Amino acid sequence: MMFTVAMLAILITMGLALARALLGPTVYDRIAAVNMFGTKTVLLIAVFAFLSGRTDLLDIAIIYALINFIGVIAVLKLVEQGNFHTDGNNDKADTK
Amino acid sequence: MITDVLSWFCLVSGGLLGVVGGIGMHRFPDFYSRLHAAGTTDTLCAALFLLGLGLQAGLSLASAKLALIFVFLFFTSPTASHSVANAALHGGLKPLQDEHNKGDA
Amino acid sequence: MKSVSLFILSCLLWLLLSGHFEVLMLALGLASVILTVFLSLRMNIVDHESYPINLTFKVLRFFIFLWREIILANIDVVVRILKPGKTISPRLANVPLPQKTDLGRVIYANAITLTPGTVSVQLDKETVAVHALAQETVDDLQTGRMAKMVPEEQKDIGK
Repeated sequence: MMFTVAMLAILITMGLALARALLGPTVYDRIAAVNMFGTKTVLLIAVFAFLSGRTDLLDIAIIYALINFIGVIAVLKLVEQGNFHTDGNNDKADTK
Repeated sequence: MITDVLSWFCLVSGGLLGVVGGIGMHRFPDFYSRLHAAGTTDTLCAALFLLGLGLQAGLSLASAKLALIFVFLFFTSPTASHSVANAALHGGLKPLQDEHNKGDA
Repeated sequence: MKSVSLFILSCLLWLLLSGHFEVLMLALGLASVILTVFLSLRMNIVDHESYPINLTFKVLRFFIFLWREIILANIDVVVRILKPGKTISPRLANVPLPQKTDLGRVIYANAITLTPGTVSVQLDKETVAVHALAQETVDDLQTGRMAKMVPEEQKDIGK
């Protein structure tokens, strides 16, 4: 019961974040919303692990937390520089 | 019994915080202020959820893993927020500012 | 020295994540930890920015302080979201950055971002650009109340 309520709340939040990701006027809105969506996914997996009584699923939540972070950073790098091969140290102006 | 009440409290307030943050994502007018709403749900909401689950798990391997998730989120979420804000600033997105504050900063 | 602490930490992490205590599994875990430390040494990524153990007390005090701030700021932002009408006046401001070491700067900037209502947008040598939801939060940061709490190793003057 307790976990069902928690899952419902997380799902509502994920829906709101997804709506912002679809509506978001700028690309940064979308990235921030996807980041929030990913954080909520981690929580959803953790709650689901307790709901189903299989606490092994927490390992997947840990991995998802790390992948979400790296994915957001990678997408930001792609958006900001337009490619993956230039390093971050050079002046941003000349890659534009 | 007491732990049950406590984790009910944690999960429900965490869920409410998350929903309020989601509403904030739609209510605030520009990207930078929306980031604050997202930040709200990232910190306290996640912490409350993990605390509530940890109370249910007791002192076991599961709660240690929950603590690990908490540490990862605690370190990565502000870094991600900062990166998005920084990229937006470099990308030329001007933050919405109040009239009397223009020219400052 | 750093590699020894890396070794011990990796062992603890492996035990925490696996939860197996048979001889075969322990041997496999030990082998993977040794491989990890060996590769880290070869790649030269065991750097000086590991956990400063002499600051443990300060770090604990900072965490308690930070969590109080986070809870209060969360309540503030939730009220701003739920109240009808115009409740926010977003602004950019420059806040002084008194920390000397890179690690101290990063901790401070992360603390600013963690408290809702303020996000650090850009780090420079001596200032940090902060986007805030309202003037009050900026004023609070300008007083340097949080900056004083950041744990930092004291560097020798003149180095």
